[in-house]
Amino acid sequence: MKNQVDNIIEKNKITDEQILDTANSLRWDLGENLHDSLLESIYQDAAEISEKVVTKVDEKPRYDWDRTLDRLLTSRWTGFPIMLLMLTIIFWITISGANVPSALLASFLIDTIHPVLKDAAAYLGTPLWLDGLLIDGIYLAMAWVISVMLPPMMIFFPLFTLLEDFGYLPRVAFNLDSLFKKAGAHGKQALTMAMGYGCNAAGIIATRVIDSPRERLIAIITNNFSLCNGRWPTQILIASLFIGSMVPAALGGLVSATAVVAVALLGIVLTFVTSWFLSRTILKGEASTFSLELPPYRPPKILQTLYTSIIDRTIFVLWRAIIFAVPAGAVIWLSANVMIGDQSIGEYIVNFMDPFGLILGLNGVILFAYIIAIPANEIVIPTILMLTVMVLNASGVGEGAGVMFELDDYQTYTELFAAGGWTLLTAINLMLFSLIHNPCSTTIYTIYKETKSLKWTAISTFLPIVMGIAICFFVAQIWRIFVGAG
Amino acid sequence: MISEKKIEKQIRLSDLQKGDEAHIEGFEDDEGSLVRLRDMGLHDGISLRVIKFAPLGDPIEIKTRGFYLSIRKSLANRILIKKNNGIK
Repeated sequence: MKNQVDNIIEKNKITDEQILDTANSLRWDLGENLHDSLLESIYQDAAEISEKVVTKVDEKPRYDWDRTLDRLLTSRWTGFPIMLLMLTIIFWITISGANVPSALLASFLIDTIHPVLKDAAAYLGTPLWLDGLLIDGIYLAMAWVISVMLPPMMIFFPLFTLLEDFGYLPRVAFNLDSLFKKAGAHGKQALTMAMGYGCNAAGIIATRVIDSPRERLIAIITNNFSLCNGRWPTQILIASLFIGSMVPAALGGLVSATAVVAVALLGIVLTFVTSWFLSRTILKGEASTFSLELPPYRPPKILQTLYTSIIDRTIFVLWRAIIFAVPAGAVIWLSANVMIGDQSIGEYIVNFMDPFGLILGLNGVILFAYIIAIPANEIVIPTILMLTVMVLNASGVGEGAGVMFELDDYQTYTELFAAGGWTLLTAINLMLFSLIHNPCSTTIYTIYKETKSLKWTAISTFLPIVMGIAICFFVAQIWRIFVGAG
Repeated sequence: MISEKKIEKQIRLSDLQKGDEAHIEGFEDDEGSLVRLRDMGLHDGISLRVIKFAPLGDPIEIKTRGFYLSIRKSLANRILIKKNNGIK
């Protein structure tokens, strides 16, 4: 067809108008297949160009390697176990790799710099309240977020990006699509879920790959059930203290790790259940089509990946978290140091919330800590510790009222919690609540920016917390019936 | 002979087995996702091969025009094909 046209133009040296007329009459000859013929000639052109300029490496060896990998990663028997294995490996590398850098950062920012700042403030004659607010409250909150959040994110995000570059993630979507379809969602939600394990805010942005708005909203609302990096320390610590300690020391590590993976799997189950529920009620609609290209496997470019993942993802998310940690630090310090009568505001609030907390198998300290920790999940544990100390008026532990800190050995933790009235039920419900509560403020803000809708942001914020309260309530009741007081 | 052909049901992509080769004969309707497939180059006459099914049975992975594509059975069910080897 194309050649015909070329010839005609060549031979007759005709004007633009004549070209258009000729085109019109030729079009009738083509009949119904105009669309296809047009496409085919575009493809033909593309193929000719590509033939001239693209150098193809000998295709056969590549092909075999790709097929073997695919057989392994997407087969009936090995596909799912390998996915579970990859999840566990990534968790394990991030957790163990982040330990040392976190401790180093904490000791630098908190043990070294903090006293320097205090001395400087004293030297400048700063009033005590300002000194406390700025340095003990705001600075410490920021230092906490950096030392606890930065190392895991710097490990998780590059790992994840390497996996992406390698080409594995479309295979995960391929494996899981059937489950997502039954839940009324889209296979690509597997990818946004995976991203959420690093940071929920990043997971929300990742939902841009889902075209259908309905399915995108489902992915956004349920992203919170992916345990973000900021919640891992809470899960690990509580699991080690309360669950791992119930078995002989040799098995302790394995048992606590299993408990954390179990919570993560529960999160996955909840994602499917909630997606199913949403697609039957407020997000009803047609299942959109799923078509996904499975790209060839590529050796990842390691240095390039490190660079882009550090700039794009890690620093960007960290920056947002710091911004939100600043007011949190101020609030913690103020609530512990502003007195009404003979009690601080913090004590009033904790006592007020205690009855409600106990019904849920938690306590007032935990509830208040979660309100304060809305900006960033990583400050939950330090806040809980600080509030427990404040409530117990324990002396000899920590640096005074309203100052966040972390204890050096597990013994002290256990004694502190026991004194605060914590039981195994409290620990379990804390792990559950950490999984099922509102997203952090960074994530809420990101949801708003992505959806531009107050309604959906509100739903994404409140649905998890309503679910969390309900689940903790039921677990507490059932526990108390079968196990007795808790 | 002719009436046999008319009564015979059209084979669809979702009816194929792993390893089958076929070429596209048409589409069931003009809905957006099918038009999108055509824009990706999958129009009448194009060859394809079924590579595998996902572990849970859905979606299907096919190789066509030099790349690998996975599509849900519900979409494949609307693509009419004709097998390349042997009798239809």
